[in-house]
Amino acid sequence: MNEIFQILEEDARKSPQRIATMTGIPLAKVKAAIKQAERDHTIIKYKAIVNWDRLGEGQVVALVEVRLVPQRDVGFDAIAERIYRFPEARSVYLMSGTYDLAVLVAGKTMQEVASFVTQKLAPLEGVQGTVTHFLLKRYKEDGEVLEGEERLKRVPIMP
Amino acid sequence: MKKRNVISKRVRDISPSGIRRFFDILASLEGVISLGVGEPDFVTPWHIRESGIYSLEQGYTSYTSNYGLLELREEIARYLNGRYGLVYDPQKEILITVGVSEGLDLAMRAVIDPGDEVIGHQPSYVSYMPCAMLAGGRFVPVPTYVENEFKVSADDIEKRVTPRTKALMLGYPSNPTGGVMDRAGLKKVADVAQRHDLIVISDEVYERLVYGVEHTCFASLPGMQERTIHLGGFSKAYAMTGWRIGYAAAREAIIEAMMKIHQYTILCAPIMAQKAAIEALRGGEPQVEEMVAEYDQRRRVMVEGFNSIGLACFEPRGAFYAFPSIKGTGLSSEDFAERLLLEGHVAVVPGDAFGECGEGYVRCCYATSMEEIEEALERMGRFVRSHRT
Repeated sequence: MNEIFQILEEDARKSPQRIATMTGIPLAKVKAAIKQAERDHTIIKYKAIVNWDRLGEGQVVALVEVRLVPQRDVGFDAIAERIYRFPEARSVYLMSGTYDLAVLVAGKTMQEVASFVTQKLAPLEGVQGTVTHFLLKRYKEDGEVLEGEERLKRVPIMP
Repeated sequence: MKKRNVISKRVRDISPSGIRRFFDILASLEGVISLGVGEPDFVTPWHIRESGIYSLEQGYTSYTSNYGLLELREEIARYLNGRYGLVYDPQKEILITVGVSEGLDLAMRAVIDPGDEVIGHQPSYVSYMPCAMLAGGRFVPVPTYVENEFKVSADDIEKRVTPRTKALMLGYPSNPTGGVMDRAGLKKVADVAQRHDLIVISDEVYERLVYGVEHTCFASLPGMQERTIHLGGFSKAYAMTGWRIGYAAAREAIIEAMMKIHQYTILCAPIMAQKAAIEALRGGEPQVEEMVAEYDQRRRVMVEGFNSIGLACFEPRGAFYAFPSIKGTGLSSEDFAERLLLEGHVAVVPGDAFGECGEGYVRCCYATSMEEIEEALERMGRFVRSHRT
């Protein structure tokens, strides 16, 4: 069954019919598995990976290292939740090492990102400090090389 | 040089490849989807390429032992032992070759005397017959049939054995049919080899590409290691066709004979390819499994697609080829392939390129992206509908 989700993760537009053929799993079972996965949030959502730079609408993204003061009973979870509820925080991860949370922040301009960090994120109670790294260039996103993917140079007919 | 033939009779006797002319047609067309390829559509996994690059940076640019790097031969011995329980001495029983192609040529030349006969199943890889002929031998084809999923029958082999029969050529999983042999069938073949004291040359370059079945290594059958020349390679499993690297494993006397030819004609396989092959065996397993899983999905789509557009196709269990019948169109394989290319812009290989009994079929490679397979199926569907008799 995991094969169904591996196929969808690679290409969410593959039809259940096609997936059934690819895997040899009966169509009804494929459909049921997908329905179930959508219901129980195994499949969280379907979306496209867009290269916004090509549309001239590149976003400014920063990786913000956040150091926290852990709280009794809830550890980092409560403060993490306060942070991830902001839509500006695109991804939030608890990390091992010299800081606690890695927060990916996206905005239209550097100003926008900076003001979120300085006015919203840094002043939060429990946040001890932040270090902001602006992303300069994307080479690969979610396993996909964005520009200049290598092309095969095969001889078209070969016995 | 006027009166005599410049070209040797040996070479003249080999008929020209039927697919050459397709190159010219292809070159004149745009937007062709090719199912005519014979290699993976993956680039060699990065860690393998990286180790090849590293070897160059480290200055590995020289010859190696004629046999190949001992380190690589040891890895191959370990691999064959782990996978098939075979025991080969890496010092004397393994030879690194420039692809399985060279291994095949060496094997034929090492064991065939002029006039000796080599029995081989067809449809099969295009090199078997010419290599036997170049060694001075005569290739005796055994047809195989779709009803039997293109497995070769031991009885059919035995019927063709004569006092001149020296060797038996096997190529499973099969290019072009995608057919595989099961253990029971191979055992019967082994009995024939035993009874008539035949050398068996077993081209197992597609051994890793099997789907839902287990590959049986011919040399691993009881008593067969003594008389088998096992040919293995890196091209198909690790997507390393352009590196030109393979190996032969057999008993010392045979490997020594093959090495004798190899040292005077090739000297040794390229060192960076040998270095990369070591990395392939040590760390390439996850990538092999990923690629096999992907081929398997495409295989199902292609086979179902052919059957649904009226090109009857048995389920191939190995390699990366489907071999649908085109008999319903009333066209010959060559005509089908040529017209499909001109009218439908899809390239396939006519089945008769792999032996007379391949007539009525075309070979289609599914080592092609799913999008291209889907588009090719659509184009072929339109083509078939317009040619239905």
